[in-house]
Amino acid sequence: MSELTTNSTAIADPDVDPGVRAPLVLGGKTIGDVTEMIASIPERKKAPLWWWVATTVTGLVMMGCLGGMIGYLFATGVGVWGNQHPVMWAWDITNFVFWIGIGHAGTLISAILFLLRQRWRTSINRSAEAMTIIAVMCAGIYPGIHVGRWWMAWFLAPVPNSNAIWPNFHSPLLWDVFAVSTYATVSALFWYVGMIPDLATLRDRAPNKLKHFAYGLFALGWRGSNRHWRHYEMAYLILAGISTPLVLSVHSVVSMDFATSVLPGWHTTIFPPYFVAGAIFSGFAMVLTLLIPARQLFGLKDLITTRHLENMCKVILATGSMVGYAYAMEFFIAWYSGNPFESFVFINRAMGPYAWAYWIMVTCNVITPQLFWFKKIRTNPWIIFVLCIFVNIGMWFERFVIIVTSLHRDSLPSSWGYFNPTWVDIFTFVGSIALFLHMFLLFIRFLPMIAMSEVKGVLQGHSLMHADEPLDVHGRKE
Amino acid sequence: MSDVVAKPWGVLAEFESPGAILAAAQAVRRAGYKRFDVYTPYPVHGMDLAMGLRRSGLGWIVAGGATAGALTGYLLQAYVGWDYPLIHQAKPIQAVQPFVIVIFELSVLFSAFAAVFGMFVLNGLPCWYHPALKSRRFAKVSDNRFYITIETADAKYDPAKTRELLQAMCASAIEELEE
Repeated sequence: MSELTTNSTAIADPDVDPGVRAPLVLGGKTIGDVTEMIASIPERKKAPLWWWVATTVTGLVMMGCLGGMIGYLFATGVGVWGNQHPVMWAWDITNFVFWIGIGHAGTLISAILFLLRQRWRTSINRSAEAMTIIAVMCAGIYPGIHVGRWWMAWFLAPVPNSNAIWPNFHSPLLWDVFAVSTYATVSALFWYVGMIPDLATLRDRAPNKLKHFAYGLFALGWRGSNRHWRHYEMAYLILAGISTPLVLSVHSVVSMDFATSVLPGWHTTIFPPYFVAGAIFSGFAMVLTLLIPARQLFGLKDLITTRHLENMCKVILATGSMVGYAYAMEFFIAWYSGNPFESFVFINRAMGPYAWAYWIMVTCNVITPQLFWFKKIRTNPWIIFVLCIFVNIGMWFERFVIIVTSLHRDSLPSSWGYFNPTWVDIFTFVGSIALFLHMFLLFIRFLPMIAMSEVKGVLQGHSLMHADEPLDVHGRKE
Repeated sequence: MSDVVAKPWGVLAEFESPGAILAAAQAVRRAGYKRFDVYTPYPVHGMDLAMGLRRSGLGWIVAGGATAGALTGYLLQAYVGWDYPLIHQAKPIQAVQPFVIVIFELSVLFSAFAAVFGMFVLNGLPCWYHPALKSRRFAKVSDNRFYITIETADAKYDPAKTRELLQAMCASAIEELEE
């Protein structure tokens, strides 16, 4: 059975020989061990105490803050927010862009790294995709509730109605409706399809009838047939192929909400790539924020290894540097354009009343990721965790800075203003963080948080075999 | 009372490694069986070739989905422009350029549905009943065991010879399945 186990770590230790890569699964695991490690988590009869505490607290905050604030908003009107002339867009859109951006890492891991054959993605793609779907849910709340007359929110979609009114297809805000709803749907399909074989595992191991029925229902009778795997793998490849341009399009379209308006600070061609890089940057930081505690609490360090954390830190370093470059380029273009209004907006951003927000953004997004040049930092989970929290904060401030500082001082000094959030703004955002964490806690309790069938496929020893030649009973060439 | 007696459906053989199942699949195909299948916890590389399966045709279904999505995207926007001509920054109402994004998004959306539901149709899923799923032994298929079934409906099927072939390929267990 030796070919079913991973190589021992001593053979492939990059600290000893930098020419080799660390194995993707540590500890000489067999494929049976992989099933046991991952499937035993949702099979536990009793969840650990920390899970109950965290789930209860986030659940209460979610209902109290998010539910309560939305209820208050619906009963009263958008006046309960701090949005006032000239800042008519503030935390609502900031939070929307923030959450949508978080989602991008999941799709990058599941689709783009799949196409690039980055096999380390298998240990993290399931939870990253779950994070994507939950983040898009959080994001989706804001456009729905910010429309003022929320009972008219269905006007976002092109639905035939008795007024014979249709939406404006020349508006990027409508493109956004299509991009985000397509993104949510395709991400959910991709996630579910990837999970079918693992749901079958949970069905086959189910300790009681209820679980057998529930997992069996969603496993659709999957039996690992190779005649099925053939179409399944093709479906997975195609979903990865179409999700790749999709994920790049989503934040590009979000950026067009701003870039197509004629407003200094928003009207720039750099926005689509800059937003996509920022989205991946913030998303990876959030993946690490969730997975570092999860791998610790569930003892999954042999599957989500230091190599995985290091790779993600490198992605953060690369995309963080791109974001830093974009910040610098915005200033350069503002100066090079010779446009006094453009220059004013950027000088005002860095030195005006919102300078505090701007410099929080620069510190968190430009300086923090540069620390990942050091291997000592990239391999210490708790330092990574803290730095990722900074990146999350920085990326929220990036959206705040872009949106609010461009609006608060327009061309007429008499109408300048300063945006202050109300307690409703703050508690709504806190509530959406609680929703995010709560849904993720439910996910790790009831569903397989690592793609078992994919990890089994990458276990070393399952090297490629070509069956066009005759094989002996062990599958070796005769 | 004839419906009480279960009809034999086929034979199930268990293997312990991907190499063994690959060799067994090849042997079964070379022996001329057609109605056989292989079950693995993860897609075993080279198995399609060993079983003599062609490349999945799902791509054509998805191509259909993509075309339908693109057409829907274009026709929706063209129709809305015709039904409710909203002049916007003096731009031509039926210009194609601003339609591109919605055409792209709907094309992706329809492709994704075509990929997922096309895969379900090609695989005959959902299928909550299958003779193999009744076997207790078969529950390991989603864990760490590999299986072959050969159906009694196969022209080459012979209770003794088929069993012999599977034994010769070092099956770790063999059992009969009922419909």
